[in-house]
Amino acid sequence: MLLLGLLVTGGLYATLAPATAEETSNQEDLVAEGRELFLLGCSFCHGQNGEGVLTQEGAQLGPALAGTGAAAVDFQVGTGRMPLVQTSAQAPSKPEIYSQDQIDALAAFVASLGPGPAIPEESDYSTEGLSPEERAEAEARGGQIFLTNCTACHNFAGSGGAMPRGGYAPTIRGVDPKYIYEAMLTGPQSMDNFSNGNIPPESKRDVIAYIESLEEKPGYGGFGLGGLGPVAEGLFAWVVGVGSLVGFAIWIAAHTTRTSRKKKSELAAEGADA
Amino acid sequence: MSTLEERGSDNTPAVPEPIPNPGLPAHTWRPTDVDPAKEKRAERQVAAFFLVSAICSVLFVVSYFAFDVGDNWTTFGGLGASTLFLGLTLGIGLMSIGVGVIHWARKLMADHEIMEMRHPAASSVEDREATVEALNTGIEESGIGRRPLVRNSLLGAVGLIGIAPLVALRDLGPTPNEVAEDADYPGAGLYRTVWQQGMPIVRDAIGTKIKAEDLEVGDLVNAAPEILYPTEENGWEGALEGVEVQITKSKAALLLLRMDPAEIQAAPGRENWTVDGIIAYSKICTHVGCPISLNERTTHHLLCPCHQSTFDLADAGKVIFGPAARPLPQLPIEVDSEGYLVAVSDFDEPVGPSFWERNKG
Repeated sequence: MLLLGLLVTGGLYATLAPATAEETSNQEDLVAEGRELFLLGCSFCHGQNGEGVLTQEGAQLGPALAGTGAAAVDFQVGTGRMPLVQTSAQAPSKPEIYSQDQIDALAAFVASLGPGPAIPEESDYSTEGLSPEERAEAEARGGQIFLTNCTACHNFAGSGGAMPRGGYAPTIRGVDPKYIYEAMLTGPQSMDNFSNGNIPPESKRDVIAYIESLEEKPGYGGFGLGGLGPVAEGLFAWVVGVGSLVGFAIWIAAHTTRTSRKKKSELAAEGADA
Repeated sequence: MSTLEERGSDNTPAVPEPIPNPGLPAHTWRPTDVDPAKEKRAERQVAAFFLVSAICSVLFVVSYFAFDVGDNWTTFGGLGASTLFLGLTLGIGLMSIGVGVIHWARKLMADHEIMEMRHPAASSVEDREATVEALNTGIEESGIGRRPLVRNSLLGAVGLIGIAPLVALRDLGPTPNEVAEDADYPGAGLYRTVWQQGMPIVRDAIGTKIKAEDLEVGDLVNAAPEILYPTEENGWEGALEGVEVQITKSKAALLLLRMDPAEIQAAPGRENWTVDGIIAYSKICTHVGCPISLNERTTHHLLCPCHQSTFDLADAGKVIFGPAARPLPQLPIEVDSEGYLVAVSDFDEPVGPSFWERNKG
């Protein structure tokens, strides 16, 4: 769906915008095009040469981008985190604004500012070519790496979780493997870096295999309720469990209201008295 | 209403009621009491609940045997069928019995109005006097007041027998000092860990050594000592066995971060404990020992998920929030001749939560 959306918007843009419709295979042209886009869309916060901008109080409006690399741009712009709507504790993911061609141009420009991680090849993160045995081994290894490095913030089921000062670690379920790989590679926002010197590329692929296996595995214990733990489970128990008991109690009580009618024996006695 | 007449004479109010007692309203009946059709219907409803429960019990047994578990689960709508149907049938079965019984009691069981008057809680004057007298007679006849030797020796005996179970509490577990003394594997006890001079730092769960130059600023490595990943080449095979592995892992867990060297405020005496901005801390919270790795790269604040203790990793692991009493212990590190990260020594203090004899070690 994401790819389709990207293709459609990219295709439309390519036909409707003559300025970029010309061939951009040349790397210099790509960087120049990226610079144009950057000056329009990014330079307010990141500076005209990606040097970063400080506010009057000395806080960072947008960080310097030299050395963040093409992978960071592809992740931040491709998942819609950039351009940011407002400065806040969180840069939420939202529908992306730029087409993949434009993102590639922006990435080429930022990569030209200083050496950084490149956009990964599909062979780096794809688990397509694995045999069932290889996949099972990759999932087992990836699960260990995931539980050691990722669960502290992203939850044992990858559902995400709260972070200090109003931020949150987003869910990593249902995320394009390319973006998971890029996030590990570049450490977006307040996330730590898991560069290739930290977690080797094949281990990153194992983690992706494990996350994909989470999607495919049936819920052996019943409803997982998003894997959010005791809060979601407690809410379910109170609303559905206690709620249904309250429903039965109301049903029973509503049908035992008193009537003004008398028993036949009482009516007969009253008749005899009269 | 008959209980109204049973009020005792001593409960009669001293002053006459200012408003005459209007008495109780006439009893009204439930629909099931006056309408045989409704009575029949309620009877059928109660029986229906019990029938539903019986069906659920049968289905519970059927589900238990019918659905596969283990290596080849039967699934239903993406869920494990066995767990789902065992839970649903047992839950509905139990609830139906409860709902049926309450429904039966509310609609069909006898419809009496019952009233119980309050009585004073104290015993009568005669009973209280008799009790005090019996007590005094007992004290007098036992002679506990006249024979101080018997009384004091009894108090001593009762006091001492209370010590017996307290001494037995010692069996609950070895004291920290005994832990340190009894075991003979590397890093045993609460004062030491397995870290020692030259112990290579490896990636936890992967087990490979880490080159300092491979780490980028902003990297966080969940790390472990190489002894936990024994191979033929590194020569650690057989160094740790069984539960020793778990104990070692629980104490030696390490967080390795690379930050901008300018950001690190080294504590006095720890200026050379880092390698090019790579800094290592114990992963075990100093509050009650939860493993922590919830780190914010931008602030270097490490948050413990258990009780929200927050440590500033750029400032010698100082506690900046929460119940932890001490900074995270820092591990001095260096690079070996091949550029791999190794420990310089053990931690210079016990890792993890406080214990009674902590400062004696």
